[in-house]
Amino acid sequence: MKAGPITQFLTEDKGGQRLLLVILALSIYMPLAHLLLPSDSMFYVSSYTLTLWGKYLCYGMLALAVDLVWGYCGILSLGHGAFFALGGYGMGMYLMRQIGDRGVYGDPVLPDFMVFLSYEKLPWFWLGMDMFWFAMIMAVLVPGLLAFVFGWLAFRSRVTGVYLSIITQALTFSLMLAFFRNEMGFGGNNGLTDFRDILGFSLQSSGVRAALFFASGLLLIIAYLVCRYIVNSRLGRTMVAVRDAESRTRFLGYRVEWVKTFAFVASAMIAAIAGILYVPQVGIINPSEFSPIQSIEIIVWVAVGGRGTLYGAVLGAIVVNYLKTWFTSHYPDMWLFFLGALFVVTTLFMPKGLVGVWGQVKDYIAIRRGYQKPGDGTASQGGA
Amino acid sequence: MKPKHIEKDVVLYVDGVSVSFDGFKALNNLSLILNRGEMRAIIGPNGAGKTTMMDVITGKTRPDEGVVEFDGSIDLTKHDEAQIANLGIGRKFQKPSVIETLTVYENLELAITGQRGNWANLFFKRSAAQSQRIDELLALVRLQDQPDTVAGSLSHGQKQWLEIGMLLAQEPKVLLIDEPAAGMTDAETERTAELFKELAQHYSLVVVEHDMTFIRALNCKVTVLHEGSVLAEGTLDQVQKNQKVIDVYLGR
Repeated sequence: MKAGPITQFLTEDKGGQRLLLVILALSIYMPLAHLLLPSDSMFYVSSYTLTLWGKYLCYGMLALAVDLVWGYCGILSLGHGAFFALGGYGMGMYLMRQIGDRGVYGDPVLPDFMVFLSYEKLPWFWLGMDMFWFAMIMAVLVPGLLAFVFGWLAFRSRVTGVYLSIITQALTFSLMLAFFRNEMGFGGNNGLTDFRDILGFSLQSSGVRAALFFASGLLLIIAYLVCRYIVNSRLGRTMVAVRDAESRTRFLGYRVEWVKTFAFVASAMIAAIAGILYVPQVGIINPSEFSPIQSIEIIVWVAVGGRGTLYGAVLGAIVVNYLKTWFTSHYPDMWLFFLGALFVVTTLFMPKGLVGVWGQVKDYIAIRRGYQKPGDGTASQGGA
Repeated sequence: MKPKHIEKDVVLYVDGVSVSFDGFKALNNLSLILNRGEMRAIIGPNGAGKTTMMDVITGKTRPDEGVVEFDGSIDLTKHDEAQIANLGIGRKFQKPSVIETLTVYENLELAITGQRGNWANLFFKRSAAQSQRIDELLALVRLQDQPDTVAGSLSHGQKQWLEIGMLLAQEPKVLLIDEPAAGMTDAETERTAELFKELAQHYSLVVVEHDMTFIRALNCKVTVLHEGSVLAEGTLDQVQKNQKVIDVYLGR
């Protein structure tokens, strides 16, 4: 691989190209079908379906973020839900302030829950959040900053492996507990909800739903290309080197802690953008998004799709969540069993995930026929 | 402390270094002086402190006491692994440690000297000089026919050579090499000894090795370590006749 990152994407990333084409097609077709087709048409996309798939796209972006840091840099973060939720809260705060005096209590500035908890004035961190641009910058910057401080401290002290995974769990768990408290000023238990407008347009309108869906697809494509650029650059190969031979990388003269911090912060910011897009589509953000189990589920998406491939992660997120929707409506009690089984089956039989199945089938047929291409099956992706 | 007259010729100055782990003295008042352009072989029984000595020089282990200086007056005990690597000390591990999932070419490209920061790394493009250097190194370590081979599928000997190539790509002043001949075939060992003699014309080398045929082929000054300090120093023949060395190797 001697080509630059962009040439490499064009010539080698066939899986990614296919995925991006499908997502592009969906992001154009689904909103247009929702807006233009009559509701009795076979090709009509209901607002339910549109929102659901919009959610899948956000999850896809979240999985992409986790794959960047886990698949390529070997950092098993079990707390990425925290960055997603923080991004979501940033958007939630903006949407809360757009309600204005249309809330139950009719206060022109304070959101309902603040009036209810008898706040006198807006807490300082809510200031400026009525401005879209400022809220969006904050929603990406704050998770990024948290990831920077957390990552820098952890990586500088050379906390790795399972210990790091545990403290990322602790991070998201403690944030969950904090956000559950009413005194935090984020709506406590109930979170932020009852949104009305975004940029002056009603969130309930077809046009806004379509636009949000399109934005999710578009930003997923952009995030994918950014991640692809990173992993195809020499920095991406340094990340792989850190994953596979950390101390070797150090003796090559690379500052491993900074490589890891970069990957962690970039990943956290992408997760935050996914959270920003998620909240106006589902209409609520509450502390349960911080729960450790949510973050673990993301790992399952990435593993099922195919770790260390980027497009596999996105595919995994969409497939697993599609199954989740189906299971929770048909066999609600069975979902967690199925999720567990899925993870076990993936670990045992599909180490390269869904995107590696085709290669496995080809290898199997080749072995059955009694010949094997030299060098096949030796290129491992590194352990968990 | 340090005699002035030797300063300009000395590239690595280790004096009175002690390291202990949980009461076990891995290094005990160890001193070693490496001149510019010198090749030095280090031998010693298991647990003599050979690897610990390399750990101290490359910043992986901090000494409890003692002086470790590089290239005049750089105090290595105040730098970490990455800084020491960039100062010009390259290290080859006992076990071949190349990046197995990257190709031969990518491994060398990662090692090639230049900016190491994240931004420079993200937008890294090989300069003509760097490309040329990588091609030279590929030829030197005899991997010119397989630049796109994944390093994990190379033979053991080829991995050792690739790692040596990566060391050279860093353009170090001092090379620390831990058991390069381990696991190599006789032909590979012979070629490796030849390569080192060639390298000794441009770099200072410290080679830790068990294989006496290999040491003999290197034909350089030998330092014998035992229980964390220097037991004897001299040519291989002198050292092999030394009664203390014989005692240590054969047991009393």
